[in-house]
Amino acid sequence: MKPDHEGNGLKDLRPILDGSRTSERSRGVSRTEVLRLAGAAVLVAAVVPGGLTTLISSRVLADGGVLTVTEIAPGVFVHQGQHALFSPENGGDISNCGFVVGRDAVAVVDTGGSFTVGRKLMAAIRAVTDRPVRYVINTHMHPDHVFGNAAFEDEGTTFAGHHKMARGLSARSERYLAINAKSLGEAAFEGTRIVLPKLAVQQQTVIDLGGRELVLDAHRTAHTDNDLTVRDTATGTVFMGDLLFSGHVPTIDGSIRGWIGVISALQQSQAARVVPGHGPPSMPWPDAARDLMRYLDRVKTGVQAAIKAGKTLGQAAETVGLEEKDAWSLFTEYHPRNVSAAFAELEWE
Amino acid sequence: MTTPIATRVVAAGVLAVAHALSLTTFWISGASAQSVAAAPTGNDIINFDPWPGIRKDLFQARDIAEETSALTLEAPVRAEDAALVPLTIRIPQAIAANVKSLTIVVDKNPAPIAAVFSFGAGAGLGERVISTRVRVDMYTNIRAVIETADGKLHMATKFVKAAGGCSAPALKDADEALAALGKMQIRSFDTSGQPTSQSKPQREAQVMIKHPNYSGMQMNQLTGLYIPAKYVQHMEVRRDNELVFKLEGGISLSEDPNIRFTYADGGPGVLDVLAKDTDGSEFKARATPNGS
Repeated sequence: MKPDHEGNGLKDLRPILDGSRTSERSRGVSRTEVLRLAGAAVLVAAVVPGGLTTLISSRVLADGGVLTVTEIAPGVFVHQGQHALFSPENGGDISNCGFVVGRDAVAVVDTGGSFTVGRKLMAAIRAVTDRPVRYVINTHMHPDHVFGNAAFEDEGTTFAGHHKMARGLSARSERYLAINAKSLGEAAFEGTRIVLPKLAVQQQTVIDLGGRELVLDAHRTAHTDNDLTVRDTATGTVFMGDLLFSGHVPTIDGSIRGWIGVISALQQSQAARVVPGHGPPSMPWPDAARDLMRYLDRVKTGVQAAIKAGKTLGQAAETVGLEEKDAWSLFTEYHPRNVSAAFAELEWE
Repeated sequence: MTTPIATRVVAAGVLAVAHALSLTTFWISGASAQSVAAAPTGNDIINFDPWPGIRKDLFQARDIAEETSALTLEAPVRAEDAALVPLTIRIPQAIAANVKSLTIVVDKNPAPIAAVFSFGAGAGLGERVISTRVRVDMYTNIRAVIETADGKLHMATKFVKAAGGCSAPALKDADEALAALGKMQIRSFDTSGQPTSQSKPQREAQVMIKHPNYSGMQMNQLTGLYIPAKYVQHMEVRRDNELVFKLEGGISLSEDPNIRFTYADGGPGVLDVLAKDTDGSEFKARATPNGS
């Protein structure tokens, strides 16, 4: 979808950097010249209109890929990832990511599941603004949300996350990289590395993009033990990360009780719209959490009943929550594991 | 490639040695780690069959019968969480009273011997059921081997598709897990309605210990170094001071070790559990039936 630039004061640089071969190629700076530069060096110092010098990986230009983004509110752009497991075909484009454009700078929220997805997100940013990416915010440690981070390192960007994210991701890095290299295949995995957040959000941190503040809230253990939400104060938009799933079955890698608690609390607060970690680019709040909460409640109630009835973890994994099967994609891939995780947690109640 | 694998085959009772070897063997298994969704590919490690070596070390040249009348092993064909693979072993009443020990082997794990149970009189005479959870590092056979008083061996085997369980930091909430270390819980189950007419009455209970059971293959989040192995090595469960079972455990048991077991009915039925980890820490718990 083509971003709506009106009213944002954003420079339209799509003709320079957009490799999607749209009808806009004739507008603005010569595309041919940029492509010629791209082929000449690993890094190209591109002097863009406005006098801002930006380092751009030549691959962005040579590859030509740009993520499709939707402007869900003025200056708030979201890309919707597929509901799928990592595969060479989807290249790791399996979660939502986005960015917010302020007067002086851009903040990226999640970076996709590979270096390639990250650099295509960068190209999408450059299609709408020349402002520097000052922040990359990760909503949690999972590979589908953070493996594009390396694509933004050239920008002198501050990486931000929950204060427990660096620890959690470090502990899993070797395993995540090994599994993803295998699932994505060599070509799609190329360039993917782990970049840990340096700005650790203890409870709440506010960052300023120039007349536009983003409020970063660290939550207690829910989807993972390092979930972070991002509120754009200018539009009332909240990036929920994987605290919110829609369509894609939720995955529990933290605490089912904690997750229900965090969402219940967030449902008491206002948001003009929310962005799920998996699902449509924009959803109304608090309605967006209805399916998620029904699912979590059913799993919790079902597991508690199984424990009370003396069932084993294995028996519960085969029987609990199956009434939710038709409501979600990837149900068979993740649901039994959710039940196992919930069982191991709830049997200590 | 076969030499280091051969060294990781060790006898029960020397699991500490198994761990010392595991650090070197991890790199081999790690290099061939499979995602759960991926099928094994042509690979020396995947094709290598460690069982003949494990079998020789554990049981020498003794015959091992494989018939379902002696025991059954329940395991998922495809494990949803490789760090938490549930197993249930059932030994029918006809043979249960004569069973001295139960050994659980995960063939392709770096330390293949997950647990060795030695039973006492408190285990009772009825059907004997043991459930626990293990880590699985790659697609593997899992085996349960029982030895009866007459020295005969019986085995049940299941192939399980799972991978990465030994190096997985299953601690979903790292702070909570460490804060709760050593917490124990004994649950008892209402077994009424379960015994058939000809079975001897048995009770059933479950021992749970909050313990990370570090495998030595998980990385310290802050230092980037591997966390030394620290796991529940020994457990004893007694009913009214009579031994139900002794357990020697290894790193293949999942974090928060969890053993569900049957035991003899009758008497006051006070359960005492003593567990020790490799650091020498002791964990004790007692359960009194009916809350008395």
